[in-house]
Amino acid sequence: MLKLFFSNQLYLGLAQALVAALAAMVVVLLARKRGIHLERDTLIAMVRGIVQIVAVGSILLLLLRGPRWTSGFLLAGMITAAGATSAGRAKGMPDAFRVSAWSIALGAGSVIALMTWLGVIDTAITSLVPVGSMLIANAMNTNGLALNRFRSDVLAHVGEIETALALGAEAKTSVSPYVQASIEASLIPAIDSIRSLGIVWIPGLMAGMLLSGARPVYAAVYQFVVLAMIFAASGLTSLVSTLLIRDRIFTPAQQLSLQPGR
Amino acid sequence: MIPNPAADSRDHPPTSDPVVRTEHLGRVVKDKVLVEDVTFKVRTGEVLAIVGPSGSGKSSLLRLLNRLDEATSGTLYVEGIDYRQIPPRELRRKLGMVNQRPYLFPGTVEENLQFGPRQRGESLSHESIEQLLVRVGLKGYSSRNVANLSGGEAQRVSVARTLANSPLVLLLDEPTSALDEASKLEVESAIQNVVHDRGLTCVLVTHDTAQAARVAERALLLESGHVVRIGTVSEVLHA
Repeated sequence: MLKLFFSNQLYLGLAQALVAALAAMVVVLLARKRGIHLERDTLIAMVRGIVQIVAVGSILLLLLRGPRWTSGFLLAGMITAAGATSAGRAKGMPDAFRVSAWSIALGAGSVIALMTWLGVIDTAITSLVPVGSMLIANAMNTNGLALNRFRSDVLAHVGEIETALALGAEAKTSVSPYVQASIEASLIPAIDSIRSLGIVWIPGLMAGMLLSGARPVYAAVYQFVVLAMIFAASGLTSLVSTLLIRDRIFTPAQQLSLQPGR
Repeated sequence: MIPNPAADSRDHPPTSDPVVRTEHLGRVVKDKVLVEDVTFKVRTGEVLAIVGPSGSGKSSLLRLLNRLDEATSGTLYVEGIDYRQIPPRELRRKLGMVNQRPYLFPGTVEENLQFGPRQRGESLSHESIEQLLVRVGLKGYSSRNVANLSGGEAQRVSVARTLANSPLVLLLDEPTSALDEASKLEVESAIQNVVHDRGLTCVLVTHDTAQAARVAERALLLESGHVVRIGTVSEVLHA
């Protein structure tokens, strides 16, 4: 329907963004009626999101004309930003930003590097940056989920953890069930994405490839490739971040420093 | 080998040093004094009760002895050795702690009793497990799932689990405060059996002065983190 009113693609895009944002705000208002206040966070997130994506779009436009190595800087910037966003989900956790940034860099970065070297990801900026950003974004989400789950599990089981410590257990042994549960929980979305591929959803990348004239079978297979890479990057990120944060919630004398109210 | 904490305690040559000695021990967190300037001794085979009102710092003091928290002033000696020179895991084995709530690990009673020894790569024989359970009045409970135990039974398993580590000193943090009257008597009886019949050194934190009088020989009264009195139970409780 919007196409009837807007012939200019830019205006059409803005109108579509406005309508989609309005749909999101309706949900926020419904939540508000039930006493759940999402107004501020949602509004800030949406404004941030649109400004960021438009800015990145503009930068991409410039980079497309530049040398290939510039994509490395862009991906490094994305990893830093992902670390900062993810760390926000781990309030009260020591060193959350550094843990998140290193984990995403190791998890997503190593998969991007390996897959680019093997030729699974094309070195062209138009391919490397979008695919790399997908891996980083998913690694960020997984990292946030893992840290958030680990934090709440530890805070809910301080008695059990300190009992194990008091019986002479090593710090890592005392929290091992919560490390395991956090990794498992954080990977549920990545596993479900692969499991429901093509049945529940047709991802944007595949749709984009089809629109740009790729063969449907190749577009479908490549979508699986991307999801498998997302799983690898997310799994590695989650594994690294929970192990790094695990060592930081204890003092050198193996005392649990993450405590309710501290 | 059957773990016998009392025998282990007696294996150490008699010295003039008490088994546990604190000197001006304290912990301050964000300008809040939890415990300050606490000095006392516990000799081998002795039962010391730490009494005082809620929030007086009793549990905070016990956590410093087990090094679950770090002292911000003073020090603690275990068999004459400064606690900082003892690896934390070894210190925690030597000063075995039983919490207010038992926090049993999922599995059987035997698996819970094996937890401590397994941390050192050791294992207790089934006979040793049974003997520990007899001491706390739970004969034949080794294969039971801990999910099916009553509160009193769970707390007695918790005591036996700490004893399985052959501690020099048993630290008991309000071990009966979360239990009903009948369970409380069961647990207290198990503690009396372990402590008095076996001569195990013990530090008991309790707000129940009657319990302190029944179990301990000496008492330390804490108020607002400071030692108010220390001496025999009657001197401290009836002063």
